[in-house]
Amino acid sequence: MRVPVEWLREHVDVPADASGEDVAAALVRVGLEEEALHGGDVAGPLVVGRVLAFVEEPQKNGRTIRWCSVDVGKDGPGAAADGPAERGRGIVCGARNFSEGDLVVVVLPGAVLPGGFAIASRRTYGHVSDGMICSAAELGVGGDDGGIVVLSEWGLDASPGDDAVALLGIGEPTVEVNVTPDRGYALSVRGVAREYAHGARLAVADHYRDPVTATEPPASDAGPGGHPVSLAEDDGIEGVPGCDRFVARVVRGVDPQAQTPWWVRRRLVAAGMRPISLAVDVTNYVMLLLGQPLHAYDLAALDGEITVRRAAAGERLTTLDGVDRALHAQDLLITDGDAGRRVIGLAGVMGGRSTEVGPDTRDVLVEAAHFDPVSVARTARRHKLPSEASRRFERGVDPLLGPAAADLVARLLAEHGGGRPDEAVTDVGRPALPVPVELDPELPTRLTGVALPQARVVELLCEVGCTPDGSVGPGDDTRAAGAVLLVRPPSWRPDLVQAADLVEEVARLAGYDEIPSVLPAAPPGRGLDPARRQRATVGRALAEAGLVEVLSYPFVAPGRHDEMGLDADDPRRLAARLANPLSDEQPELRTSVLATLVDVLRRNVSRGATDVGLFEVGRVTRPVPGAAPAGRPGVARRPGDDELAALDAAVPPQPWRVAAVLSGPRDPRGWWGAGRAVEATDAVELGRVVAAACGVELGVAADDHAPWHPGRCAVLTLGAAGDAVVAGHAGELHPRAVEALGLPPRTCALELELDVLLAASPGPVRARPVVTFPVATQDVALVVPDAVPAGEVLATLREGAGDLLEGVRLFDVWTGDPVPAGHRSLAFALRLRAPDRTLTSAEATAARDAAVALAGRRHDAAVRGEDGDPRG
Amino acid sequence: MPAPSSDYDPVEVTPLSAEEVEAATAAALAAVAAAADLGALKAARIAHTGDTSPLALANREIGALPPAARADAGKRVGAARGRVRAALEARTVELEVERDAAVLATETVDVTLPGDRRPRGARHPLTTLTERIAAVFTAMGWDVADGPEVEAEWFNFDALNFGIDHPARQMQDTFFVEPPGSGLVLRTHTSPVQARALLERGVPLYIAVPGRTFRTDELDATHTPVFHQVEGLAVDEGLTMAHLRGALDHFATALLGPGVVTRLRPSFFPFTEPSAELDVRCFVCAAPTGVVDPACRTCGGTGWVEWGGCGMVNPNVLRACGVDPDTYSGFAFGMGIERALMFRHGVADMRDMVEGDVRFSTQFGMEV
Repeated sequence: MRVPVEWLREHVDVPADASGEDVAAALVRVGLEEEALHGGDVAGPLVVGRVLAFVEEPQKNGRTIRWCSVDVGKDGPGAAADGPAERGRGIVCGARNFSEGDLVVVVLPGAVLPGGFAIASRRTYGHVSDGMICSAAELGVGGDDGGIVVLSEWGLDASPGDDAVALLGIGEPTVEVNVTPDRGYALSVRGVAREYAHGARLAVADHYRDPVTATEPPASDAGPGGHPVSLAEDDGIEGVPGCDRFVARVVRGVDPQAQTPWWVRRRLVAAGMRPISLAVDVTNYVMLLLGQPLHAYDLAALDGEITVRRAAAGERLTTLDGVDRALHAQDLLITDGDAGRRVIGLAGVMGGRSTEVGPDTRDVLVEAAHFDPVSVARTARRHKLPSEASRRFERGVDPLLGPAAADLVARLLAEHGGGRPDEAVTDVGRPALPVPVELDPELPTRLTGVALPQARVVELLCEVGCTPDGSVGPGDDTRAAGAVLLVRPPSWRPDLVQAADLVEEVARLAGYDEIPSVLPAAPPGRGLDPARRQRATVGRALAEAGLVEVLSYPFVAPGRHDEMGLDADDPRRLAARLANPLSDEQPELRTSVLATLVDVLRRNVSRGATDVGLFEVGRVTRPVPGAAPAGRPGVARRPGDDELAALDAAVPPQPWRVAAVLSGPRDPRGWWGAGRAVEATDAVELGRVVAAACGVELGVAADDHAPWHPGRCAVLTLGAAGDAVVAGHAGELHPRAVEALGLPPRTCALELELDVLLAASPGPVRARPVVTFPVATQDVALVVPDAVPAGEVLATLREGAGDLLEGVRLFDVWTGDPVPAGHRSLAFALRLRAPDRTLTSAEATAARDAAVALAGRRHDAAVRGEDGDPRG
Repeated sequence: MPAPSSDYDPVEVTPLSAEEVEAATAAALAAVAAAADLGALKAARIAHTGDTSPLALANREIGALPPAARADAGKRVGAARGRVRAALEARTVELEVERDAAVLATETVDVTLPGDRRPRGARHPLTTLTERIAAVFTAMGWDVADGPEVEAEWFNFDALNFGIDHPARQMQDTFFVEPPGSGLVLRTHTSPVQARALLERGVPLYIAVPGRTFRTDELDATHTPVFHQVEGLAVDEGLTMAHLRGALDHFATALLGPGVVTRLRPSFFPFTEPSAELDVRCFVCAAPTGVVDPACRTCGGTGWVEWGGCGMVNPNVLRACGVDPDTYSGFAFGMGIERALMFRHGVADMRDMVEGDVRFSTQFGMEV
């Protein structure tokens, strides 16, 4: 909402020296957030001038300029008094909508126009132009129609040299405030002026002038001759009728040529609206002033009685914006004709084309109605047609405003368009007024922590227009202290429906600055939950391992599944889809973190990174096929356990996962030697890093799982073989996926489900005693067929060596001579130790032999060289 | 200390006169001092303390002296041998240090060579800042809770007193999940966890909920459709707006430093009443300089930057969650974590937080 400060002053006492910032600060204090300050940045000299004479001079560029002599009063001729007349300043003007003798607005050198446009004498079109004749747009008071301001057309009289800033009232800024959705009444000068009084801590009774009491509302009975209006029977939405008051006023004989007074136009422009015609401008002006949306109909185009009713199936309407709309049965309509058979407007949203006020309209019917906020909101939303009217109705309009608003429009049309308002006024319907609210007078103190005695509470509620205990006003001490107050909110505050709402009124008027700062003492807490600790530990571990954490958006294109090479029936293709995605190309929610992480890798590579390791800890969404929609239980009480369980079941599982991608060298080249390119086992090792951070150990086995390379993919599992649970996969990405995703060749990746790791976390570690007997080491090299995975040989040795084995480590892999083709040599170091004695070499050898024997039986492994040197 | 000779030998082999002993000692000390390396010192040791050295021979003769003279001669020779031995030891230490220094000098390496065999990684500052926030609240005794990102509309709106037709519901710029009528949205704030926690944990309740939220804003320097909030909720007997301010002041100070200045300004949220916005004194102009810059682009010349919304929990929310609003009151707040990162670290462009360029995270390292 934009409110010119000069307009505000008409209705509230703004100190003469208050700046735009001061006004905004007062409004912020009571909850109208400052959005911006506009205008008010005209710095003189800006004066009235009389055009004494001009000559027209055609230019080479096809334009014709006027070389003018302008009398600007005491400032006299400028530096270049060589105009076409003997007196006056020489000024070049591009516009031609004025005559000799007209009064115009002249900006002189040294002035600054709105937008920081500084004026100086300048040479143009062969003359020194010693100032500029201004258009409405240049002054910030009108549309850009190309013409300059001729004061007589604006109904203004003045003398050359008069200060035009004061004359036009453009020296003050317009304050733009953000009105929260509970304060519909603040979408008006009336409401903002009242809020200013609150914010400036001015008593409303002494400093605020309500424009509604200033206009004299007519009797509310429909007199004879009032245009017939009927409100159709309406069950309404949730029992609320669509229209509970309809005021209409007819004004005849309005001059279609009549100009909107310049001050109305100026205020409309300052408020951000475009002047159109007298009838439209006046209704907009009164709406801005009072907050009552109004509509002007061409009376001649109306067909008899107006009926307000709901739409019927198949009805259509072409609205003012020229759009032909199919209507919905819940749309509330303005209709005319026999039994309302013709639709002429969407109630409270937008009027129709057929009854629009046009250039020939002389007789006008003004509508000032009150519509149900919910009905208007739904219609506006359904037709994607938010309007100034719907915005106000949705947020609540004072239902008592109608007669005063219609009357003000009628008077303005009479005054400026020569219209004759009918005496009779149509006023049908009985509007609902806010219901009184019970308030424990101690509640404001209890909720705010500020001592607010009952007298103060009552005083502040009266300031906002409430009537505590019916007619009892401030200072009345006949009430029993502590008795519950019955507070009737004012007609313009439909948002005040419960005691807490009244507490907010009291608190904001008393000032939030009064609230002290007291740290609440919470009972002892449980500390961080294990899942959150796990995510932090995993994040730290991966960062320590050299990876950089990123947070990618979870939106993906359906084609991503194809790029990743997922099978047609891969469950990861089942993704939740957004109805209104940011980009139509990416409507789905990711089912794997890798699906979006790869984009970040590509971005980094495109920006010149060569060795990139990235990870992300985040959620994926895995919809359950056939899940029921989420219900909407009532909110008057706690939902039942079955309702809550149904809600839970409707929300898709969103497990936490970690994914990592690696490309380029894993170990960089350096003065120590060559680097090492990343390979599948690096991704697997990162999986082990994650698992170790979670306190679990992963099983590793070869797998074929998209988007990984079928020969370089490991499945990472938890638990013993047989009932192992898959935790994720790691390895090198499939070359086709790498190409489709635009990644560097040989990119490796990991993805693990953290929830699975967390579920497998063992309890507290049981500590084993540290044995101090000496260790016996035994190395052995085994020649095994290529197809035997090293991990299995390692597990077999561990099993075969028995209890004496403290640890075993693969320390070399050798292929080629003398190892036979199709085989490789795996060299292991065994560490053996007994808890109660020093092992003899015979015991150590026996343990090793047992391990080797088991490997021989299980994997066809043969010992190569007793000294364990794999190359020997 | 060699034992005195036990063999009685009457033959006087070496003179034991004081002058002679002194001369032999002086010769020995001079030889020790002159030894330039450990080899020379070894030769000096053999020459002056070996079995055939004058002092060794003199020592051997003591036993041959008449008993009356033995004590005197023994003392003299013993003292002389002691001086020589001490000089030998001292010189040995000196020469060994010299030798070791020479060896170590040959082992010198360039310690300024880079050792970055595994360049450091980094965590995302939003994650580490979130952890720091969680630490602030757990230190206050609050629990840290979590909730789904794809959320039931009932939790995101209805339970929070957003009427189905209320303009506030439309102002949230919500992502809806297909099909129409699924009743699912991407949560527009962390506030649905308020309702979840009240339903699951009951009262009294003190929780903080950091998490990811979604609104249909286009990405630009100050907006991102995917962002992070931290929700706070306290419901207990006797809680007031003073406690709200106290908790927020503590949080702001813990996160942004002791100089932070905040203000509460009336506002509107369906799930709180009274409601407020929390503003922080502009960290670009007003806070550091004490003067509001009318041209400041961060605060728009107002001197204040919006951080988040807050207020006393609306009784309607408590009722929907089965809590009696006549017995319990509470406060809630929701602050933007991206904004906090901007305040705290001077991040000017939100896109840097979103794009995942490693150069952004790397400058923060492991902790913020």
